[in-house]
Amino acid sequence: MKFFKRFFASGTLFIWLAGGALACSLLLIGGLLTLIFINGMGYFWPKDLVQLTLNDDTRVLGEIVDTQRIPETVTADFPDGQSRIQLKVGNRDVYGLDFRWVDEVDIAQRTWPKDVIAFERREWGNFYGWVSAVWDGDTPLAEGQDIAWNAWYPFLEQAESLHREIHHIERDVIGAINADMERARLNLKALESKGNVSQDSADALQQDIQQRESAYQEQIQRLVGLYERLNRYRVTLIDVSGEKKLFPVGGLVKAWRPNSMSAWDKTMMYVENFWNVLTDEPREANTEGGIFPAIFGTVMMVLVMSVVVVPFGVLAAVYLKEYAKQGLLTRMIRIAVNNLAGVPSIVFGVFGLGFFVYAVGGTIDQFFFSASLPNPTFGTGGMLWASLTLALMTVPVVIVATEEGLSAVPREYREGSLGLGATKFESLMRVVLPCAMPGILTGLILAVSRATGEVAPLMLTGVVKLAPALPVDGQFPFMHLDRKFMHLGFHIYDVGFQSPNVEAAKPMVYVTTLVLVLVVLLLNMTAIALRTRMRKRYAGASV
Amino acid sequence: MEMERKIFDKSMPLVKTTAAKSLRLVVETRQTNPMKKTFVESETAQSSSTDGPAKIVIQDMNFYYGTVQALKGVNMTVPANKVTAFIGPSGCGKSTLLRCLNRLNDLVDGTRVEGTILLDDENIYRPEVDATDLRTRVGMVFQKINPFPKTVWQNVAYGPQLQKIRKRATLDEIVETSLQGAGLWDEVKDRLHASALGLSGGQQQRLCIARALAVNPEVLLMDEPCSALDPISTGRIEELLHTLKERLTVVIVTHNMQQAARVSDLTGFFLLGELIEFEGTKKIFTNPGDSRTEDYVTGRFG
Repeated sequence: MKFFKRFFASGTLFIWLAGGALACSLLLIGGLLTLIFINGMGYFWPKDLVQLTLNDDTRVLGEIVDTQRIPETVTADFPDGQSRIQLKVGNRDVYGLDFRWVDEVDIAQRTWPKDVIAFERREWGNFYGWVSAVWDGDTPLAEGQDIAWNAWYPFLEQAESLHREIHHIERDVIGAINADMERARLNLKALESKGNVSQDSADALQQDIQQRESAYQEQIQRLVGLYERLNRYRVTLIDVSGEKKLFPVGGLVKAWRPNSMSAWDKTMMYVENFWNVLTDEPREANTEGGIFPAIFGTVMMVLVMSVVVVPFGVLAAVYLKEYAKQGLLTRMIRIAVNNLAGVPSIVFGVFGLGFFVYAVGGTIDQFFFSASLPNPTFGTGGMLWASLTLALMTVPVVIVATEEGLSAVPREYREGSLGLGATKFESLMRVVLPCAMPGILTGLILAVSRATGEVAPLMLTGVVKLAPALPVDGQFPFMHLDRKFMHLGFHIYDVGFQSPNVEAAKPMVYVTTLVLVLVVLLLNMTAIALRTRMRKRYAGASV
Repeated sequence: MEMERKIFDKSMPLVKTTAAKSLRLVVETRQTNPMKKTFVESETAQSSSTDGPAKIVIQDMNFYYGTVQALKGVNMTVPANKVTAFIGPSGCGKSTLLRCLNRLNDLVDGTRVEGTILLDDENIYRPEVDATDLRTRVGMVFQKINPFPKTVWQNVAYGPQLQKIRKRATLDEIVETSLQGAGLWDEVKDRLHASALGLSGGQQQRLCIARALAVNPEVLLMDEPCSALDPISTGRIEELLHTLKERLTVVIVTHNMQQAARVSDLTGFFLLGELIEFEGTKKIFTNPGDSRTEDYVTGRFG
């Protein structure tokens, strides 16, 4: 009895409870990160291709994705039962499906053919099989599997550079021509709407448009030529059942023989794949290719938001804390600000849509971009409005953190500064605010964390599935805050739920999630490093 | 031990040599801020008769924190170029009075002042007096040692920079003379651009004194400046007061009666917001006129 009394009084139980709760949360977070990490990072590894010969003599080729026990087969005699395996068989254009389940009982033989090739294609997903011939137009260049493999490889590199050129022309050159043409067209329209058009200037503009039009046609011709070159070389692919498929080399991204690659080769390819995902643009309804535009959009949105939210929040907090007369009103404002942080984010999205996009953006369009109406410029979702909406959503966090930072500045610093003949404003600028900087940065860190992962309000204010251009490019004025953009959070949703081929998109969901986590981590680390530097400088006042 | 001694030996004459320099500074000060040499007689007979010209005259001072009266009808005359000490038990209003002298209490919400404080015959509580200008004339050193989290140089140059002195050479000169005036120059001259927070407590407090000196004040208010310091640092600051009073007027609040006896020329004893007795220090500590003063200084209460 006495023992229990002492046991409870000592708090040992409580310490165990507290420790257990902490361990539990750590375990959950660790498990979450591990799951994402393993699934995400596994995507880049070039897996071996297995060839299965089934009992009915059909053959199946693919990479093993999953194994499952068949529940009905579990009996008392066979507690393990039988299992089935899921194969990624690729060749969507031939089979119609990327994945196939095979019961293990049906498998007669498993082999790993050394010379089997995995092709990554620009369309239709991967192809697993062999190459049997290379064609230049209709003339065969090489026939036979190994000969063809060696013969077509140089064409792949050529195709890659052709793709780059096409991409450059399509996006940069033609993009610039289109932008100029649009500008000239709008000028002309503006002139016409004014009424008294001097014939000369209108003619000049017309001529300008004509010129650009011909330049445009010229580029189109160039593109046609390039596409012809791209499709000139073709390969005959054969699948495991011997079916043949003629495919242009330009439609292939790369090819590898996973079963004969060494661990080192696979590692190199792993790194390359990872890098490609980070830097490439998406293909095939976002389920393949890279996620660079989404990374770019996410980071840029957070940066724009930070640039807005920090000054705004700090000024508000400074007034609330330092200048406003403390009383019922300031207390109520504080409560309101804190509650604002708890408002569901989609509500901010609706507000952003109604206020920023339609009201503010619509007004801007009326005054500055009236020529292009009814096509909206700022009167539709875009980078600027999404960033402002998120800034509004996160400003309470910055206000609260800044207020706390200001309270933490010792009264002695303020009085010391005032005692030297500084005004309140001078004290604030030169002593108080620098000392409150770590607090302000804490607010920024929290704001960035929340904003990076937010999706709902963005869907209403400017995020799209596939943005045709980045919000920053070489065309004047270089920063296009009116443009729509891609976002990692939305990308996850889109790839995972809106994709035509959910099964094939699954690895991409994990990869995107992993990158999102990494981006949040990176942004936070930057702010934390900054804060540590500030703390070192301002903390440690002795006595 | 050996090293400590060496530092001590080196720094001891330093204070004396800087005295000459600070004297020069005083002469300059006088030229820019000519002091009125008028004698102002206090209405009450509480001021000491042996003082020089009056620097600060406090008349019928009442002070309220909300409804609580912290000072009750205080009248006193603080003479120029003397060290005046305020003593008394905690909560007796001595710090409040000190903070009234540079209007630092203005910034505390819900306070109210009645009466006048004349600095060189000018009421500092007239509405047209700019409190920030006043504070450059009446500097302050605080109980809680508060160098800014900046470098030594930036700390000292803070006040002059506020007065729009921008020239680096001028600032450097001010920093040097101020640090010398506070007897700190030799210790920090090699680390002017290191953080002030790296200095020892005593050095930090002398830095705060140097920082206050840099704006050339006429009066220096010290609110228990040594309460957080060890005896050696305390000794150095007390020694500094002797040199400082040649160029300015010092008002010091202290809980340490030996300190008051050592450093001050005049001592005022406060009790419950009232000035009980204000006399020459020697008289207060040897032959006080009021029994309550006697009780306090002999340690019978408080």
